[in-house]
Amino acid sequence: MESFDLVVIGAGPGGYVSAIRASQLGLKVACIESRKTLGGVCLNVGCIPSKALLDSSEKFFELSHMKDHGIQIEKPKLDLKKMIERKNKVVERLTGGIDMLFKKNKVTRIEGKGKLLKADGALQKIQIDLNGSLKTIEAKNVILATGSAPTQIPFLKVDEKTVVTSTGALNFEEVPSHLLVVGGGYIGLEMGSVWARLGSKVTVIEFMDSLLPTMDQEIVRDFKKTLEAQGLQFKLGTKCTAYENKKGKALLTVETKDGAKETIEGSHVLVSVGRTPFTEGLGLEDAGVTKDVRGFVPVNDRFETNIKNVYAIGDLIGGAMLAHKAEEEGVLLAEQLAGKAGQIDYALIPGVIYTDPEVASIGFTEEELKLKNVSYIKGSFPYLANGRAIAMGKLGGKIKILAHSHTHKILGVHIMGAQASTLIGEAVIAMNKRMTLEDMAHACHPHPTLTEAMKEAAMAALGHAIHI
Amino acid sequence: MSFESVLAPQVGESIKEVRILSWKKGSGDLVRSGEVLLEIETDKASVEVAAPFSGKLEITKAAEETVLVGSVIGKIDTSVKVEAGAASASSSTPSASAKAAPSPALSNGSASPSGTIRKDKDSFLAEVSTTAPSVSNSPSTPRSPAATHVPEKLIPGETRKALSRLRLKIAENLVRAQNEFAILTTFNEVDLTQVGELRAKHKDDFKKKNGVGLGYMSFFTRACCLALKDQPLLNASIDGTDMILRDFVNMGVAVGTDRGLVVPVLRNADKLSFAQIEQSIAAFADKAKNNKLSIDDMSSGTFTISNGGVYGSLLSTPILNPPQSGILGMHNIVKRPIVVNDKIEIRPMMYLALSYDHRIVDGKEAVSFLVNIKKRLENPTELNLDF
Repeated sequence: MESFDLVVIGAGPGGYVSAIRASQLGLKVACIESRKTLGGVCLNVGCIPSKALLDSSEKFFELSHMKDHGIQIEKPKLDLKKMIERKNKVVERLTGGIDMLFKKNKVTRIEGKGKLLKADGALQKIQIDLNGSLKTIEAKNVILATGSAPTQIPFLKVDEKTVVTSTGALNFEEVPSHLLVVGGGYIGLEMGSVWARLGSKVTVIEFMDSLLPTMDQEIVRDFKKTLEAQGLQFKLGTKCTAYENKKGKALLTVETKDGAKETIEGSHVLVSVGRTPFTEGLGLEDAGVTKDVRGFVPVNDRFETNIKNVYAIGDLIGGAMLAHKAEEEGVLLAEQLAGKAGQIDYALIPGVIYTDPEVASIGFTEEELKLKNVSYIKGSFPYLANGRAIAMGKLGGKIKILAHSHTHKILGVHIMGAQASTLIGEAVIAMNKRMTLEDMAHACHPHPTLTEAMKEAAMAALGHAIHI
Repeated sequence: MSFESVLAPQVGESIKEVRILSWKKGSGDLVRSGEVLLEIETDKASVEVAAPFSGKLEITKAAEETVLVGSVIGKIDTSVKVEAGAASASSSTPSASAKAAPSPALSNGSASPSGTIRKDKDSFLAEVSTTAPSVSNSPSTPRSPAATHVPEKLIPGETRKALSRLRLKIAENLVRAQNEFAILTTFNEVDLTQVGELRAKHKDDFKKKNGVGLGYMSFFTRACCLALKDQPLLNASIDGTDMILRDFVNMGVAVGTDRGLVVPVLRNADKLSFAQIEQSIAAFADKAKNNKLSIDDMSSGTFTISNGGVYGSLLSTPILNPPQSGILGMHNIVKRPIVVNDKIEIRPMMYLALSYDHRIVDGKEAVSFLVNIKKRLENPTELNLDF
């Protein structure tokens, strides 16, 4: 029987990264993946393809709005087939890249469905279903990294044609005339944005009273207004109660908190009400690995499940269901298994929504600080007072900084605006290094750039912004 | 070739710099993961650092250099395979090697292999809420003073030698105590006739039973622990505008080594038997001799005993070990004529000195403490003997 120091089940961002890192550190590693291509949801049907479409649709949208810049263009024409093809090529290139990385780092790739068997002595046994033929391997340690799948709504059967998850929303063959987005989270807003830019009417139905309840609400309020100005419609505090497909029309019945019902007619429905840990066929019951009521696999502060030498990371263990969080966990766990150690600060997992404008944040929101009774000061700086933003014609947005009122250490940074996803990098380093407002404010930033808005926001928190 | 860095390890919360004492391996040597690579010295102790990887070593920072924690001090070419009994990562069970990692040679120098690696949000908040603003370049806060010291020119016959980190730290602590504390010393003397008789009577049995000799330290430690229960302020310390009182005694025992004075701490000394006290002190002395005392061994003391008597001191005024509020100085035992029951007798006498922080301890408590110790040592039945 083939034997490994470490077997990783799942080759998403958490799994493949931990496999590579463990191999770099001298462990004999195999990674089991049931998809034909590596990279998991993120690379195949998540972050990467959605960003490819976001960038394409943004270019399309911008071209239609070039007059102010003094550029006259005839109305651009959309070749959706080509746009989707390009997206597929991006995915191909990146997933192929992981194959190369596995080869370079001597990670054994096993294509098939991995299932944990009951441990036999000190070694874990994993059965692999290779297209019907079964093979068993053994490992000193197993990392479960099977990620998550879109949460389903019972009466909204997904066919990935009319009723779609994020996967189907990446592959529409024509631009939906009216896309009904059920669930106003990251995924719903990003995909809604893509299709709105390409010409769809988009209606977002959200059960909660506000969008993105875990994000800083001051930013979210601005963000909602901006999206509304772009034509997205929001129905908050509203739940879906029934669905009917009538002659190719998607009829969705919704109900507000007050009990007011209405039926909305759309061409397509995107179900994006969150993601559920994916453990089907993983053999957790046989191996005795416990799950909590929501299906997550609980781990201790060293990623150990209740079964010795069986670990879990990423979406499977809950927390922020984000690729970079899973990657970080994967690296740390691999290093731990090789006798090294590091730490992950769960307060410092950045989050980005790739709409236009982008929203990016790290650390605590103002709401959280109030709840935790932390004494804080805040400062913000609007894009419309930043020279570069004006030159770019990107006036919408702001950077908001929260800091501890005694120590001045930065507690949270929240951005809505152009290039927020890049700007947040500065806050990532600052907060990981426990920097203060003064540290940020007194660092010379290049002019003219959007980064000056970060410096000015810190100065505003200290009471002396220059440019506003 | 693929190089992995060897980093100067994080060895304690506040330690930012370490000094490389000596490399145990040379450039070009093949090293195995887990083998001792070098010895470093911090303000408090010296620590052995193990190789984090197997491969061929290349040293980039020489012995005697002072380096920042986390900086690169060497490289290991991991493409060079190390044969024969290699404790390489792939052949040892990873969980075992995680526990056995003998040194803090960490990947990112921030955590010990046994601690948590998943820090929750509240721990971040606690971290950024409690420290003073760490402003690196705010105009309102002066930058850390640059090295403005101009070295003196040497005249023939003079030589220059760098102070060790340990010596610099000792200096800093002593000056801090002198600057911040209101130190006062009170004296007394103790007749050790009975203690001496007890030792003579029990020393063979004690040694046979416990493997260590019955010294004076266990008597003094016990006497101090009991007296500290009666005068608890001497076991307390000032913290800002508060004071911290304790229902336990962590007894620091000052030990001179050839590299300077170190003070290992007997944890919960008030709960230790005479035998346990002597055994712990013997173990510490052994560690001190071999430079093996860890930071942990020397932290969290609440009171200190310093025995200058072993070097022949008649009388001294010890300096406090911040943030502690009391330190007892023991001295040499000399036969002196003293008056007992209106007769002059020859008795083995020792002068005692107690330095205390007058901000928190008043003269009455300090004097009572010394009298308390004196009485117990002169009537050892009051020492709750347990050997």
